[in-house]
Amino acid sequence: MTDRRLLSLGLLGLAALFVVSLFVGAGDLSLATILNGQLDGDALRLLLVSRVPRSAAALLAGASLAVAGLLMQMLSSNRFVEPSTVGTTEAAGLGMVVVTLLLPGAPVFAKMLAAAGFALAGTFVFIALIRRLRLKSGLMVPLVGLILAGIIQAMAHFIAYRADLLQSLGAWSSGDFSMVLKGRYELLWIGLALGAVALFAADRFTLAGLGRDVSVNLGLAYERVVAFGLVIVSLIAAVTVATIGAIPFVGLVVPNLVTMAMGDNGRRIVPVVAISGAGLVLGCDVLGRILRYPYEIPVGVIMGVAGSVIFLALLARRRPAHG
Amino acid sequence: MIEAVALTKLYGDSRVVDGASLTLDAPGVTAIIGPNGAGKSTLLSMIARLLPIDEGKAFVDGLDVTRAKGDELARRISVLRQENGLLARLTVRDLIGFGRFPHSKGRLTANDHVKITEALAFLDLEPLAERFLDELSGGQRQRAFVAMVLAQDTKAILLDEPLNNLDIRHAVSMMRLVRRAADELGKIVVVVLHDINFASAYADRIVAMREGRIVVDGPVEAVVSEETIEAVFGLPVLVREIEGQRTCLFRR
Repeated sequence: MTDRRLLSLGLLGLAALFVVSLFVGAGDLSLATILNGQLDGDALRLLLVSRVPRSAAALLAGASLAVAGLLMQMLSSNRFVEPSTVGTTEAAGLGMVVVTLLLPGAPVFAKMLAAAGFALAGTFVFIALIRRLRLKSGLMVPLVGLILAGIIQAMAHFIAYRADLLQSLGAWSSGDFSMVLKGRYELLWIGLALGAVALFAADRFTLAGLGRDVSVNLGLAYERVVAFGLVIVSLIAAVTVATIGAIPFVGLVVPNLVTMAMGDNGRRIVPVVAISGAGLVLGCDVLGRILRYPYEIPVGVIMGVAGSVIFLALLARRRPAHG
Repeated sequence: MIEAVALTKLYGDSRVVDGASLTLDAPGVTAIIGPNGAGKSTLLSMIARLLPIDEGKAFVDGLDVTRAKGDELARRISVLRQENGLLARLTVRDLIGFGRFPHSKGRLTANDHVKITEALAFLDLEPLAERFLDELSGGQRQRAFVAMVLAQDTKAILLDEPLNNLDIRHAVSMMRLVRRAADELGKIVVVVLHDINFASAYADRIVAMREGRIVVDGPVEAVVSEETIEAVFGLPVLVREIEGQRTCLFRR
């Protein structure tokens, strides 16, 4: 199958899933009502204020998180990392706690930027750590990341506990689309724009994935490319944490599945990764709405279960030596 | 083309490379030999701007390697280290295409495709062109990276221990390839080698290092002698001419 056909099919699948997502939920709204022309004011409002934004938010978050995971893997030349396993997401949460504590009245956009700053700092600490430690085994890298993530998360919890912000921290660290309404998710479009930037610079990130020596040999400003990529990753993490909360595993599972099938050439795979990530997150959210209907299971939980199973299967198949 | 002037690398108090000077102008194969820790790879890495230089200067085509722009250098000199391609699930053709990055910045032109095809042919990689690197054997992967460097189309090519992890057959074919790159393509090739006989058989010129210093630099006949090899490696050896080839043998 050619890349173009694959992408078209993927987009078609996404569109279908989007339509399904519009008509799944506790409120009464079905495709038949619309087709019969019986759409009244309440149903229309439900559609435009809740269902469309919610579905769009899932697509945007999924696409950008999957791309962020791919970038993180390229920049650290390791397949077993993603923003939420190296401290980026946790640092963004810490940033939200700190800025809410210091400037409770700040607009969400400002808070998001502050969170991005924290996320960037946390990610740089991770990169500095793995460079300094010069780990022999590819599997040590994600372990170091998990430890760092744990430390940052503990800091966030401590401050949140003292400042009575635990509930907010819970919302930031556990992804959930049930609170998404029109006007509360639009920041996520920034994530999609950042994904487009990643596609534009895909060759450079692919080269960075080949390691510093190869990159420098080919005239790439390696340190600058890594820094640029980390800014993208941090912004995506901050945008999602500030709007819907962290969703684990998307950034890990999707890029691994896609690179296994299609290789590491960023220019080919960034669009595929974005579409697959969007589909996976929206699919999990739809599933979360169906499983205990009319109650909901947060997308973070569904993704945690689905993602960890897929990830274990990947670990068993993939040789860590080339990880 | 390449001029290194009193290059020095310090790790703490120890001088890993200590005032090494080297000039390379003519096409041909130059081998850098010496015992472990002599500073061979470090010297190569400094010339290729992979490691910062502590003292001294290195020039490529008159460009100071610490100041010149990355892509300008990348069109003149290429370097291949031992461990490559951490995240390397690229096809052989894609990898070689990245060798054109300094010229085309990723938008491959017709000329780039010609260079890629030539590199594939030069290394007999056509049958593997669409295979992923992580599915190849060590020797095949090594060849793919050399092809990338050839496609980069630089006058000078530096190879850091290209024979590591290769069995004897692949090691010989790699050295023949290096020879052909110099003879047929007019490249200035510098190889870091462990094995004196590989250097003796395939190089035009040998640079011998010990404790960070260049102790001898000259044609094979001048360097591969019993006195010099003993002085460099601290090991008495026999040097014999076998079918016109200088060969180094060990005493029982």
